[in-house]
Amino acid sequence: MAAQIAFGLIAACMLSAGLLAVTSKNLVHSVLWLAVSLVATAALYVTLSAPFLAAMQIMLYTGGVITLMLFGVMLTDHRHDVGVLNASTRRLPGILAAGAVFGVLASAMLGVGMPAAPAQFDSSTAKLGALLFADHLVAFEALSVLLLAAMLGAIVLARRHDA
Amino acid sequence: MTAIPLGHILTLAALLFSLGLVGVLTRRNVLIMLMSVEVMLNAVNLTLVGFSRYNAWTEGHVLAFFIIAVAAAEAAVGLALVLSVFRLKQTTYIDDLRLLKR
Repeated sequence: MAAQIAFGLIAACMLSAGLLAVTSKNLVHSVLWLAVSLVATAALYVTLSAPFLAAMQIMLYTGGVITLMLFGVMLTDHRHDVGVLNASTRRLPGILAAGAVFGVLASAMLGVGMPAAPAQFDSSTAKLGALLFADHLVAFEALSVLLLAAMLGAIVLARRHDA
Repeated sequence: MTAIPLGHILTLAALLFSLGLVGVLTRRNVLIMLMSVEVMLNAVNLTLVGFSRYNAWTEGHVLAFFIIAVAAAEAAVGLALVLSVFRLKQTTYIDDLRLLKR
C-alpha cells in the first residue's frame, strides 16, 4: 500500500511540474518547475532500485542542465515577453498531435502481457561499473569523446567573435 | 517497489513524453522548446529504467546513463547556439529566426 501511495505522489509531482514547466509564461519559473520534475524522476528511480542513476540524474540534470538553462535565460533578453508571447502559436493542433502520439503509445501497451517484477535484481554500482568499463567500454570512450566535442563546440559557438 | 505494475510506469512515461511534445509543438521560445526536449528524453529514460527493473536487465541502466550524458551535451550545444543566435538577432523566438527562408 505504501508503495502505491509513494508512486501516486511522485507521479502527480512529476506530471504537474512537467505541465507547469511546459505552460508557464515566466521562463525562470519554467526552468525551476523542470527541476522539480527531474528531481521527482530521481525519486522514482530510487523506488525502481536504480540508486546510481538517481544520483546521476540529480548531479547531471538538476546540477548541470538546469544551471545551464538558467544561464541561458539570464544571458538572453526577455523584456519583450510580456507583450506578444506565443503570438503565432497554434495550440490546438499541437495538443492534438501530442494526444495522437500518446494514443499510439497507449494502444501499443494494451493487450501486451506485462512481466511481474522479479524479486532478485542486481543493480549495484559494482555491477554497473563492470558493465560500463568491461562490456561497454568502447561506447563509454565514445561518449567521453562526444562530451569533449560538445564542450569544445559550445565554447566555440558561444564565444564573442569581435573580441 | 514491486507492487506497482509495469504498465503504470510506462503510462506515466508516455504521458510525460506527450507533455514534452506539446511543449515542443506549441511554445515558440527556443529555450522552452529545449526544456521540453529534456522532458521527452527524461520520459524515455523512465521507460528504460522501468523495463530494466521488471526484466532484471541491468544494461538498461547503462543505456539510461548514456542518454543522460548525451542530453547534457545536447543542452550545452543547444544553449550555445541559442546564445549565438541571440547575439545576431536579439531574439529567442523561432518565428523571428527565418534567415534561411529567403
